[in-house]
Amino acid sequence: MNMSDFLSLENLTLAYTKGTAVVEGLHLGVAEGELVSLLGPSGCGKTTTMRAIAGLLVPRAGTVHLAGQDITHLPANKRDIGLVFQSYALFPHLSTFENVAFGLRMRRVGKDELAHRVMEALRTVGLADFAERLPAQLSGGQQQRVALARAFVIRPRLLLLDEPLSNLDAKLRLEMRAELRRIQRELGITMLYVTHDQGEALALSDRIVIMRLGKIEQMGTPEEVYAKPKTSFVAQFMGWDNLYPLETIAGVVGLPASAGYTHASWRPEAVLTGSGNLQGRVLARTYQGQSVEYLLESPFGSVKAVVAVEQAQWHEGQTLNFALPAEKAALLKG
Amino acid sequence: MRESRFPIVMLGMALLFLVGPFVVVFISAFSGDRTLAFPPSSFSLQWFAKVLTVEAFQASFVTSMWLGVLSTLLALLMGIPVAYALARYQVPGAEVIRVILTSPLILPALVVGLALLRYFVLIGNNSISFGLLIGHTALLLPYAVRVVSASLANLSRDIEDAAHSLGANRLQTFFRVVLPNIRGGVAAAGVLAFITSFNQVPVSLFLTGPGVSTLPIQMLLYMEYTYDPTIAALSTLLILFSILFVLLTERLLGISKYV
Repeated sequence: MNMSDFLSLENLTLAYTKGTAVVEGLHLGVAEGELVSLLGPSGCGKTTTMRAIAGLLVPRAGTVHLAGQDITHLPANKRDIGLVFQSYALFPHLSTFENVAFGLRMRRVGKDELAHRVMEALRTVGLADFAERLPAQLSGGQQQRVALARAFVIRPRLLLLDEPLSNLDAKLRLEMRAELRRIQRELGITMLYVTHDQGEALALSDRIVIMRLGKIEQMGTPEEVYAKPKTSFVAQFMGWDNLYPLETIAGVVGLPASAGYTHASWRPEAVLTGSGNLQGRVLARTYQGQSVEYLLESPFGSVKAVVAVEQAQWHEGQTLNFALPAEKAALLKG
Repeated sequence: MRESRFPIVMLGMALLFLVGPFVVVFISAFSGDRTLAFPPSSFSLQWFAKVLTVEAFQASFVTSMWLGVLSTLLALLMGIPVAYALARYQVPGAEVIRVILTSPLILPALVVGLALLRYFVLIGNNSISFGLLIGHTALLLPYAVRVVSASLANLSRDIEDAAHSLGANRLQTFFRVVLPNIRGGVAAAGVLAFITSFNQVPVSLFLTGPGVSTLPIQMLLYMEYTYDPTIAALSTLLILFSILFVLLTERLLGISKYV
């Protein structure tokens, strides 16, 4: 265990009753004040991991430490960990004020301090005027903010968010994303953010943990996982759409057949068009405003290329020269 | 428009079958005749007055009331935790428990009554009141479990997890979050259970005895010996009582969506 980690998961193995393990041998450390995303497709174990940290699921094996304390078997209500659910999970029978006040009442906070802290939390999320409304009288975005205020008003040691934006429409999602980042900075709170949306993870996180089938596939800063994927899975998740087995492509583009690597990949923007030693026939041309996306058919597989709209002179059925620059390739394992 | 007339005729028939007997009872209650006949040849309120003077009715009404209230409370007290456990925990043999709990709804009440008679009177040496209370509670338990289960099914688990993460223990979560949100279902179960107990004949028939009887049993006995409109008057009062009871709870708690 790394002593500097605020939250530390050691060899965590999680399973639902009698089932096979959903998460196996997970190691993860989160520093204080850090915002870390757990990113992965549904079924990768990210929500299950979060439930174990919250204390809603007892691990089959392994430990959870928070601020140096072993909390593996501490009940959820004694952990001081805030939770925001995908479904918001507001209490339907309580007003906005009482929803936010719930955790403080459980902590027997005095009347004046309670009112002060609840209203301050509601102001932070911009809902001070909605204190008396019931959840059913709020919009999705407002409910989301109440859920957030309810979670951070207790000054949790850690805030866990499970796909908090996935039930909002696209515009609101972008707004709330910025809002979340602002609140996290303002409160200096340590956050673990579960999502399947790589755009969200890239925009929000200090660090991204990409999970697959209950294991960590890769972790790093958004720049690292975006620019330097280590496996095919991460590459595809981060938009490295041109993925080929190394033995097929190495000779074609002049890559050294390095030991240990199995695949090579290029982002669609990295494909050079109009010149080069490779030839492809245009299968599809998709106009995207600023750019045009081409789907090319080549001897070693299909190639996706994004071309600035001024240079996008080819049409479906035409053949063009292109190149996959060796220096822009990501070499991948597995 | 020939084809559209058929459903209307059927609807009329259905209403006639449902409401007709009540209309007959209702009108007979105001009869001025000495025996039960329809239509009555004259009208009076004398049978309502008589209902109030029959001692057997007074005593058994009191019995039926406390029996209904107590057995309903007991059934809810046991039924709510049972429904909660079945809904939230992976109880071993949950299906078997569910079948056993619903069996009194399927088995003929006479059989249940006989079984309970053997259980309480022949095996144990219990008082009649105690036997009645336990018998009715057992009979009402399935109603309580079923109706409460239905309203629990609409309550998301996340809400309880949220309360838990905010510092509420299991008990606080149940009383502060679960119970307020299934209030309507609990009230509906209570109303249904009380009415079932209050109207119960077959089970009570086996479990009543010397000195302790319920109102429906007394009505049956009365009818065996006396054929006057008193029973019609009493029935009318009971129907009005039931309607009032249901309307009141519907107004206060909006229970109709649970039953």
